[in-house]
Amino acid sequence: MTPITVRVDGAAYTDDVEPRTLLVHYLREQVGKVGTVVGCDTSNCGACTVHLDGEAVKSCTVLAVQADGCEVTTIEGVGQDGLHPVQKAFHEMHGLQCGYCTPGMIMASIDLLQDNPDPSDDEVREGIEGNLCRCTGYQNIVRAVRSAAAEMRGGGDGNGHVSPAVVDTAAAPHVAVQA
Amino acid sequence: MIPAPFSYARPTTVEEALQAIAEGGEDVKVLAGGQSLIPVMRLRLAAPETVVDLGRVDGLRGVRDDGDAIVIGAMTTHSDVLSDPLIAEHAPLIAEATGTVADRQVRHRGTFGGALVHADPAGDLPAVALALDAEFVIVGPGGRRTVPAAEFFVDYLTTAVEEGELLVEVRVPKLAGSWGMRYEKFNRVAQAWSIVAVAAVVRRENGRIAEARVGLTNMGPTPLRARQVEEALAGAEATAEAVAAAAERAAEGTEPSSDLNAQADYRQHLATVLTRRAVTAAAGL
Ligand SMILES: Cc1cc2nc3c(=O)[nH]c(=O)nc-3n(C[C@H](O)[C@H](O)[C@H](O)COP(=O)(O)OP(=O)(O)OC[C@H]3O[C@@H](n4cnc5c(N)ncnc54)[C@H](O)[C@@H]3O)c2cc1C
Ligand code: FES
Ligand code: FES
Repeated sequence: MTPITVRVDGAAYTDDVEPRTLLVHYLREQVGKVGTVVGCDTSNCGACTVHLDGEAVKSCTVLAVQADGCEVTTIEGVGQDGLHPVQKAFHEMHGLQCGYCTPGMIMASIDLLQDNPDPSDDEVREGIEGNLCRCTGYQNIVRAVRSAAAEMRGGGDGNGHVSPAVVDTAAAPHVAVQA
Repeated sequence: MIPAPFSYARPTTVEEALQAIAEGGEDVKVLAGGQSLIPVMRLRLAAPETVVDLGRVDGLRGVRDDGDAIVIGAMTTHSDVLSDPLIAEHAPLIAEATGTVADRQVRHRGTFGGALVHADPAGDLPAVALALDAEFVIVGPGGRRTVPAAEFFVDYLTTAVEEGELLVEVRVPKLAGSWGMRYEKFNRVAQAWSIVAVAAVVRRENGRIAEARVGLTNMGPTPLRARQVEEALAGAEATAEAVAAAAERAAEGTEPSSDLNAQADYRQHLATVLTRRAVTAAAGL
């Protein structure tokens, strides 16, 4: 066992872990942050994405001991007062169906927007290339990220592409039905 | 799956790291960014007795100017490489290829040195290092040595870094103004690994190609130089026709593998097409 001290979503934890413990298992099983999920065994799907010292990483491909002394933010910690703008946009733009990929998608998207506050559709797709979604076909995820970007830039509705999802019903007819 | 149990060492200097490796028992693995090693350990394809984590060896991270070369620390992450001004100025090919590696999350952790020592045939940086004639600085119990790129990649997943040794830094000669560079990569959309890729570095002089260096990714167990193409280009007129004719020879002598992504003959075809595109762009045509 190796002692580690980590801040997770703003709270400090000191724990003993086996060196082989993956960060995602530490977060879920020892800290109780079950919002972060595991979707694959090959580091491909991105469902487990968290921020380590402010940068998105796949927590299934980091050892808990490597996070010693670091700050971890999970999906449970992104919304300070209510929902984070990216969470809100996924909700409003219907950027999810089963929701399994969503915690990772949101963590990767927040990371992308830190570097690029106004990404194009292509830049969003490339920015979240490490995250796989088996349900949505990505259309509304891209919309959600761009909508959140506009909101976070403070541009409100002025940018055309941040209108409600009904605008693009041809690509996502079910949205119109539900809107 | 989770990795098999191992003991863990976290040195803060190169000397401590070498000592931890020496004392680690039979099967010691060095952990850099872990983006290749941890997946392999999770699949239990590797089950080292000791893991020596270089993550806190600060001296191995960063890029510095060293006269006619830039020196890239082995632990410099892919995302550090992407934002480094020295690399952008003197070896933009490295940044271009690194931008195609994996995804944001993996690039935050994965390191330049780790990608080179791992030497995956589909990895993007080995062929780039080969095309740039980089030099590898290796330390071990016996001291420090420098290995040219042409001797570094020994075989499938095997480099000149011996057991008990560490790659500490990579020297990349500065290629100034008259050199153009391009990395052309062909991959499946949902998987960043190259099916085939080509790194081209070209120097033009008076309307001619004075010198060309072409590195091939995933055309054999190690990265390769397309020597026939380089010879055909040396002194050739800088025209689309001359480049196309030379690029036809890109697959000569190669024995690429056949796998789920591509058959060998398709890889050979890709090598000629991507070489034409990469050299054309690098020559500014
Ligand atoms: C989903 C995914 C997609 C990827 N896609 C690509 C891609 O498209 N292109 C690409 O090029 N790569 C890709 N990679 C691999 C990525 O580039 C890794 O970062 C890289 O291969 C290994 O670097 P690392 O720092 O993570 O090394 P580690 O995984 O820590 O180590 C890899 C190996 O090198 C050894 N090693 C590392 N550093 C040293 C050192 N300084 N001295 C001696 N030995 C050392 C280790 O012992 C180990 O055997 C991908 C990885 C993942 C998970
Ligand atoms: S669970 Fe981490 S990448 Fe799939
Ligand atoms: S919403 Fe189901 S996997 Fe993305």
